[in-house]
Amino acid sequence: MRPVSSWGRLSAAPHTVVELVDVAEIASRVRGEGPAIARGHGRSYGDSCLNPGGTLWSTAKLDRLHAFDPATGRLVCESGVLLRDIQRLMAPRGWGLPVLPGTQLVSVGGAIANDVHGKNHHKAGTFGDHVRRLRLVRTDGEIVDCGPDQRADWFAATVGGIGLTGIVATAELQLCPMAGPWLDTEIVPYQSLDAFLTLADESEASWEHTVGWLDSTRRGEVRGLFLRARPAEDQSGVPPPVRSFSVPVTLPIGLFNRLSIPAFNALYYAVHQRRAGRRRRAFDSFLFPLDGIGDWNRLYGPRGFYQYQFVVPRPVARAALQEVLDIVAASGQGSFLSVAKTFGERVGRGLLSFPMPGVTLSLDFANQGAPTEALFERLDTVVRHAGGRLYLAKDARMSSAMFEAGYPNGAELRRFRDPGVSSAMSRRLLGS
Amino acid sequence: MNHAKRIVVVGATSAIAEHCCRLWVEREPVDLILVARNRLHAERIAVDLRVRTRQGTVRVETVDFLSTPEVAALADRLSAEAPLDVVLIAQGMLPPQDLCQEDLAKVRETIDVNAVASALFAEAFAKGMAQVGRGTLGLLGSVAGDRPRRANYTYGASKAFMEAYATGPRHRFAGTAIKVVLIKPGPTDTPMAAAHKAVGRRLASVEEVARGTVRALDLGKAVVYLPWKWWPIMTVFKLLPRFVFNRLDV
Repeated sequence: MRPVSSWGRLSAAPHTVVELVDVAEIASRVRGEGPAIARGHGRSYGDSCLNPGGTLWSTAKLDRLHAFDPATGRLVCESGVLLRDIQRLMAPRGWGLPVLPGTQLVSVGGAIANDVHGKNHHKAGTFGDHVRRLRLVRTDGEIVDCGPDQRADWFAATVGGIGLTGIVATAELQLCPMAGPWLDTEIVPYQSLDAFLTLADESEASWEHTVGWLDSTRRGEVRGLFLRARPAEDQSGVPPPVRSFSVPVTLPIGLFNRLSIPAFNALYYAVHQRRAGRRRRAFDSFLFPLDGIGDWNRLYGPRGFYQYQFVVPRPVARAALQEVLDIVAASGQGSFLSVAKTFGERVGRGLLSFPMPGVTLSLDFANQGAPTEALFERLDTVVRHAGGRLYLAKDARMSSAMFEAGYPNGAELRRFRDPGVSSAMSRRLLGS
Repeated sequence: MNHAKRIVVVGATSAIAEHCCRLWVEREPVDLILVARNRLHAERIAVDLRVRTRQGTVRVETVDFLSTPEVAALADRLSAEAPLDVVLIAQGMLPPQDLCQEDLAKVRETIDVNAVASALFAEAFAKGMAQVGRGTLGLLGSVAGDRPRRANYTYGASKAFMEAYATGPRHRFAGTAIKVVLIKPGPTDTPMAAAHKAVGRRLASVEEVARGTVRALDLGKAVVYLPWKWWPIMTVFKLLPRFVFNRLDV
């Protein structure tokens, strides 16, 4: 037993960690163990990758590549492979992953299980849209090979299925041609939610990546920075290596509090306002700004932090976002990383895929115990009333009622669940 | 013309060796020869490396590590094909010490795999390198060999043998273009050290140790500790007077 946390560092309960090292041996290693849950690199924020007091099957060492066809861009690999490693190996061959979340340091299995999305959702959909096939190993030893055109019901249950249908052993991914390591980017400051939505809408056609940062600490008015990017026309030159450092220790008190967050937000806005306009930037530094800071979650201090990410349908999005931002500003528990994005019309393939046509907003909050939970309860009411839902990859605390309201297909997942698989999240939201 | 580097990795299914191979094939065109006992396991690694490499080749040779004629024949054959740039001898096993104390067969097996087989391969490949006058012979030792202690002395002693053995060819080839490199990793996050991890010990990442190994082989360094912090730690540890050492719970 050793303490294991998820990315939010809200808990560090003891777990028995079983490392899977060979895809051919998964079935024999997991049979009769459990209930347990597969865990990749532990980058989900909440409790979907935790099983306090129980077992975790670590897939981090299932990191071999099985096949790559340079003509078609199809890659077959094991579930523990990091997206970063696929990018690193395939970029020189002119291929890349069509969907990348805000960090590359997640595994293929995690990207499937959470059906992750990126800043190009309006163009590329979710990660699951590019999975051609996957192999699922069940704890009774059964092997389920599935894909969009083969046992599609199993595929829909597993993509976005937060690991509950079994253990993803391997996946075949359709990569996309990559122009090169550079993006043409533009930063556009905006001063209202309407301006954000207008920018997002008008950018969708000609910009591949769009996202808005906003200052959530100001009452009344909203201001922020709209970031958009597309493959650069000029791909000459090699980007400088990403400078990286790690936060060496967990800070005794979090860096982000009532006083510092408004200051950080104001500073961030001021600095980037001056950088407004177009410039060419390296793909990695634009899409993964935090990957250069190892263990940045330690900045939130020993009590950890929550990321509250929701999506609300487009017709009510403006009003719901305003209400959420008003509640957050009034609470005094501002967020530093507040990021909004409009999703395209594509609905995720998974029963529990998060994206829906609408607007998503994610907010980080240091864990302050009861006041933070009280804030979330109020935000839940807004999201639920608007017909929205919370992102399971980020969630550590929503109620099962909130889950059922946001994920009407949740009940259908039960048919596909592996009885030998259970996580803290599945017990909280699905009762087992 | 610049030929692809020819690299032989003995004990290629070791996690550190596999990660060294990844670094090599991703860095430059290499002709990589994986020597293993278990073909099935080695082939799975070769498949991965073939996806990672863009121009190099990867092949698997299986051999009984303790059969002197088989080891000699393999080394002679590989050396005769074309000169070898690097030979990394990486196989190893780390049984729980209490098992060794119960079962003498485990003692024999550990010393056979870690020490005897290493000496056989080192000697067999040194012969080919001596003939062409160049090459780098790398041996994967361990900090555990610096001063074997009660927790794992069968393993430690077998690794201590490797260090002692390596000094011989290093002396023999001093002043030539043949380098003999001893790599001494500390506890590393590999399947071999799973028992350490289970009790919550901090382990070096296998990627970090592999990077250090490849760099040491590039530079032809005689002895390298990975991560480097083990050098001062083990220097002090080796110098502890016996009456202090014997009281330590390590």
